[in-house]
Amino acid sequence: MSASVREAGGIERAGTSAETGAAARLLALGRAELTLLGRNKTALTTSLVIPVALAFAMKGAVENMVAGTGLSVGSALLPATLGYVLVFAVYSSLTGSYTARREELVLKRLRTGELRDLEILAGTALPAVLLGLVQCVLLVVLGGVLLGAGPPTAPHLLVAGVLLGMAATVGFAALSSVLAKSAEGAQLAVLPFMMVSLAGSGMVVPLDILPERVASLLELLPLSPAMELIRAGWTGGAGLKETVGQLITGLVWAGLALFAVQRWFRWEPRR
Amino acid sequence: MNTGEKTNGGVGRGGARSAGSGAEVIEVTGLRRSYGADGRRTKGPQGRGDDKGRSGQGSFEAVRGIDFSVERGELFALLGTNGAGKTSTLELLEGLALPTAGQVRILGHDPFRERRKVRPRVGVMLQEGGLPAELTPAETVRMWAGCTSGARPVDEALGSVGLERRRDVRVKQLSGGERRRLDLALALLGRPEVLFLDEPTTGLDTEARHATWELVRELRDSGTTIVLTTHYLEEAEELADRLAILHEGRIAAAGHVADVVAAHPSHISFELPTGFHLGDLPPLGELGVLGHETDGRTVRLRTDDLQRAATGVLVWARDKGVALGDLDVRSASLEEAFLHIAKGLENS
Repeated sequence: MSASVREAGGIERAGTSAETGAAARLLALGRAELTLLGRNKTALTTSLVIPVALAFAMKGAVENMVAGTGLSVGSALLPATLGYVLVFAVYSSLTGSYTARREELVLKRLRTGELRDLEILAGTALPAVLLGLVQCVLLVVLGGVLLGAGPPTAPHLLVAGVLLGMAATVGFAALSSVLAKSAEGAQLAVLPFMMVSLAGSGMVVPLDILPERVASLLELLPLSPAMELIRAGWTGGAGLKETVGQLITGLVWAGLALFAVQRWFRWEPRR
Repeated sequence: MNTGEKTNGGVGRGGARSAGSGAEVIEVTGLRRSYGADGRRTKGPQGRGDDKGRSGQGSFEAVRGIDFSVERGELFALLGTNGAGKTSTLELLEGLALPTAGQVRILGHDPFRERRKVRPRVGVMLQEGGLPAELTPAETVRMWAGCTSGARPVDEALGSVGLERRRDVRVKQLSGGERRRLDLALALLGRPEVLFLDEPTTGLDTEARHATWELVRELRDSGTTIVLTTHYLEEAEELADRLAILHEGRIAAAGHVADVVAAHPSHISFELPTGFHLGDLPPLGELGVLGHETDGRTVRLRTDDLQRAATGVLVWARDKGVALGDLDVRSASLEEAFLHIAKGLENS
């Protein structure tokens, strides 16, 4: 807050204590967004039901797929389910939120206030990210028991994967919303990233069981490093070199997303 | 901490006042704003390279060189027909976009580049929207209060615009006027030094409009500097210390309300009695008439000296023993001035 220190010396500096802090602003906006999410039954259903439903639907297919590969059903399906949380509860739901807020001029109105641009985006994302994290924790605990995956052996890699995944999905949600002109349009705008991530980032077919050359290309997709790290949470990972590579790929995507959002995000509807 | 906020808030304002360069709170010089073919030109400086090629085609200059300043505690009104550039200008003052050319200083700062310094001291009400439909007024104000320095309590803010009984209704169920008032409550939440109101009473019924005027007047009297746009001339006459009439992106007239009005002539119009011609009237120059128009048998005289002209016409009618049909003697008003500007410049 030192930016707001004006002329009148010591007395003036104390006056800045009346100004809001970034945390307080984020919390206020996040709370309002959480209320809105609670009142949006469609978004809530997408966030809470689809990941789990998809996991059940995939169970049989995964059983066939991993037979003879040495992977267990749990350690293949559980990471994929966390991936579904990232795609549906965070990415898809948030693309809808960003689009809706822009179209009802809420983003423009917020920009007239003290919130900084990135705070507006972060505050809007807060409830979706929170809901996603809670789901991830529940899935790890319950899935560990129900699917027999057991507790993660390398939880630090799991956490790193989830966080990288959150950063990428929030960034891409903001970018995808640029393509949509309405909440309905947002459901179309999410398809490319959704399809690429589900098909190519190891959420349906683990990259481990694909041909080497295909896998090494797919590893570069935005959600692949997150998925690889999440999976490594149970398998322990393929070594430090791999892990560092995944972290770097993930951070590069997060950085690119941040840059692209600052460059191309739309705060107002098209005229 | 609470008491600290209050006393220091007061000191802060005093300090800012003495530190400023005179009483000017808002200074606008040579302001221009163009919209590119895709409307994104003004978004930020980084967009310029791309748009260079496109700016020639489909670009539109909404603000074409505007200068004005507003002193502390003054209420300045921007008037104009639809598309005159009122909102485009106001958005530049609010720091929502960068001007294509020219400069804006709010409290001595650039509202776009020095957003952080300006925002805590400014309140804004946009022309429309911006309120999530599924929140209640209380929830909306609570959210904004968390993002506003020195925010007033929620119920006080709602009470000030007469919405205390609607605090827990969803925004989507509020009337258009109630939404305007909620928006105003948000703009006033941080007791701003400078207030921007874009058509604050559009959609309000008469009673609510007068209540809003009362509120705005109180704010001005307590030292708040206010810029408002309106297309209700009555609103500008009621509230404004000074005003500018925008026309096609330029200021066509500006000054104190009385000066703007005085710069425009008064009117007398009547129907010529049958059997009489324009030439039968006393010499118009001697009556102080500046000009005249005829439309069929209707004569319309313009004058700066309404009493002399009217007396001349009426004495002539009495002497001739004729009645002047549809007689209308009208002193200059803001409406006349406004229509004159809108019409006069269109013709040229």
